[in-house]
Amino acid sequence: MMSKELSIKNSLIIRESRVFRNGELIFEADQGLSTTKFLKKVYNDQKLKYSKFFKMDELSKLGYLGTEILTNGSIEDKETALVFANSASSLETDVAFAQTMEEFPSPSLFVYTLPNIMLGEISIRHQLRSENIFFISEEFDPLLFIDYTTALFQQEKVENVLCGWVNLHNNDYDVFLWKIANSGGMEFNEEELKKLYLPTHE
Amino acid sequence: MSDLHTELKKSIIEQLNLEDMEVSDIENDEHLFGDGLGLDSIDALELIVLLEKDYGIKLTDPNQGKEIFNSVNTIADFIEKNRAK
Repeated sequence: MMSKELSIKNSLIIRESRVFRNGELIFEADQGLSTTKFLKKVYNDQKLKYSKFFKMDELSKLGYLGTEILTNGSIEDKETALVFANSASSLETDVAFAQTMEEFPSPSLFVYTLPNIMLGEISIRHQLRSENIFFISEEFDPLLFIDYTTALFQQEKVENVLCGWVNLHNNDYDVFLWKIANSGGMEFNEEELKKLYLPTHE
Repeated sequence: MSDLHTELKKSIIEQLNLEDMEVSDIENDEHLFGDGLGLDSIDALELIVLLEKDYGIKLTDPNQGKEIFNSVNTIADFIEKNRAK
């Protein structure tokens, strides 16, 4: 299988008020913080300076922060494809926007009522003009990522792919990002992905 | 600085999520778009909503926007002449 030749270069997890990079805990905040407050703490902890961050919806903030931390703020290969998924789509923002419709519909909420806007935010930040796709699946599905990413490599469309499971629902966020390349890391297969995703996940 | 100018600056910061800014950071005659404050087209739409929600002013001609939203001064002038609440 082609995926055996591909490698997971590094990974990141944001969940339950904690941030892990390559399995190592790099930030922890008080449990029970709202998503907004937690994300602001991560932003400040990382000493990021990107005023557009505060305009993003929570889902995009999760994707942006995860990418910044995983890549140390730099994606060198501007052809890096983005292959992302989640289960709740942009539901949190959809609901918030629906509530504003009772009085004055909010333009700034409306623009985030699609989950793939997050990919636009990441692409703008890193000046990517590459392929991107956002899947909705009931739960984290390693094979979905493996099949699509493998196809991209087989078609020789990319040399690097940033994959991400970025889910947000009822103040519960679950972020798992990882980079795939032709060499230089652990094997890109279902077992390894599950191992990376599951350690701290209930 | 009039109360209206201060009130507008506070609303702009809050409505447009300019978290890293304070009232004193915005000059009355500073351009809000482009090189000045760097607002974008979605911010412009939020400003239109703000005019209607807070001052009862409905913009009927979108072309007016460029002139009205030039700076805090121009918005304040427009509100004083047209406010319904």
